[in-house]
Amino acid sequence: MHEWALAEAVIATVIEESRKEGLVEVRKIKLKIGELQQIETEIFEFALNELIKVQGTLITKMKVEMDIERAIFRCRVCGNEWAFGDASKMSEEESEAIHFAPEVAHAYIRCPSCKSPDFEVLHGRGILIEYIKGR
Amino acid sequence: MLETVDPRINIIDKRLAGVKRIIAVSGGKGGIGKSLTAAVLALTLSELGHRVGLLDLDLSAPSTHVILGIEGLYPEEDKGLVPPEIHGIEIMSIVYFSGDNPTPLRGIDISNAMLELLAVTRWGPLDFLIVDTPPGIGDATLDVIRWLKRAEFLVLTTSSKVALETVKKVIRMLRELNVPVIGVIENMRMGGSGLVRRELKEVPVLGEIGFDDKIEDSIGEVNKLLESDFAASIKEIVMRNPGFKLSSYHF
Ligand SMILES: Nc1ncnc2c1ncn2[C@@H]1O[C@H](COP(=O)(O)OP(=O)(O)OP(=O)(O)O)[C@@H](O)[C@H]1O
Ligand SMILES: [Mg+2]
Ligand SMILES: [Zn+2]
Repeated sequence: MHEWALAEAVIATVIEESRKEGLVEVRKIKLKIGELQQIETEIFEFALNELIKVQGTLITKMKVEMDIERAIFRCRVCGNEWAFGDASKMSEEESEAIHFAPEVAHAYIRCPSCKSPDFEVLHGRGILIEYIKGR
Repeated sequence: MLETVDPRINIIDKRLAGVKRIIAVSGGKGGIGKSLTAAVLALTLSELGHRVGLLDLDLSAPSTHVILGIEGLYPEEDKGLVPPEIHGIEIMSIVYFSGDNPTPLRGIDISNAMLELLAVTRWGPLDFLIVDTPPGIGDATLDVIRWLKRAEFLVLTTSSKVALETVKKVIRMLRELNVPVIGVIENMRMGGSGLVRRELKEVPVLGEIGFDDKIEDSIGEVNKLLESDFAASIKEIVMRNPGFKLSSYHF
């Protein structure tokens, strides 16, 4: 996913959820980001900070902790498990496609053991806000 | 305190804030003309002066790009993805990323891919966003209902009892979920049986489209498509039914 679009989604969600909970100040959030999202963390952090600046007092002091979760696949045909990092050898074009639409991994990645495209993404997809702390 | 939320879901409404109406083209069976209708409807509304977007949500078998003859295009990256514009229509499809590679997706992958596309696509201000969906009442259709909360459904059927049986179920489900149904179009009409109008009482039948035996020659060429009998029927249906007015009765 694109870093700015993602950062915007995170900030909008934090604000909405915090309001629902009646928070007046958000101190910290924790994000879990799947490796498959192929996020450039520097751009992402920059985008987050830029967005935090233009928001009201609710999140100006917010700290962001980020956890990148390794992408692990499991073949539904032969049961083989492997990591996205192991597959590698991907062209720039392919890895850019996955960056924008992670599920197209199914178009480019095959089970290294039996060549099946029918695999499950066990870990490392999507993005979650694990918690929002504040008062 | 607060636990695990997917921020992508939250941003969808914002991404669609500038879109006046969302029309999902659906229907129970495969191969009954959903994609052709979605593509030609988008062209027709655009010809009529509306700002139109087309979103292909048949993620494993996208086809609107084939119908419109789109090749070598890629969305522009600008704080998200800005869909390329072709013949005045903003078009988003997974095919930009999957190319001609087979992309087998199961339910959870379909939902995730859709969420991703909805969260990153930055549509311009649009009068209509036309959404093409895969056959059946499956993941994509359920996700359209879940995430595109303002979507209204345009349901396709053929004159066959076989298609009609499933269409009735689709309509029943949509009505149970309080999803607005603009109406039904009977495509590839055979004979003059009137079966569809007799059988479907709860929703308006918007019109019929005959079998256009020259349509295949127009696939991939927008100008020819617009001159086809198929497009003439779509245009007539659009002009005749209040359901395609910009400020529809649903608002
Ligand atoms: N009225 C018509 N006359 C002639 N051919 C038609 C007509 N409507 C659709 N077709 C043709 O039927 C085929 C299937 O149409 P289309 O792909 O739009 O169906 P679909 O419902 O989207 O299928 P799927 O369920 O696989 O997505 C295409 O080749 C299309 O050109
Ligand atoms: Mg189709
Ligand atoms: Zn395998």
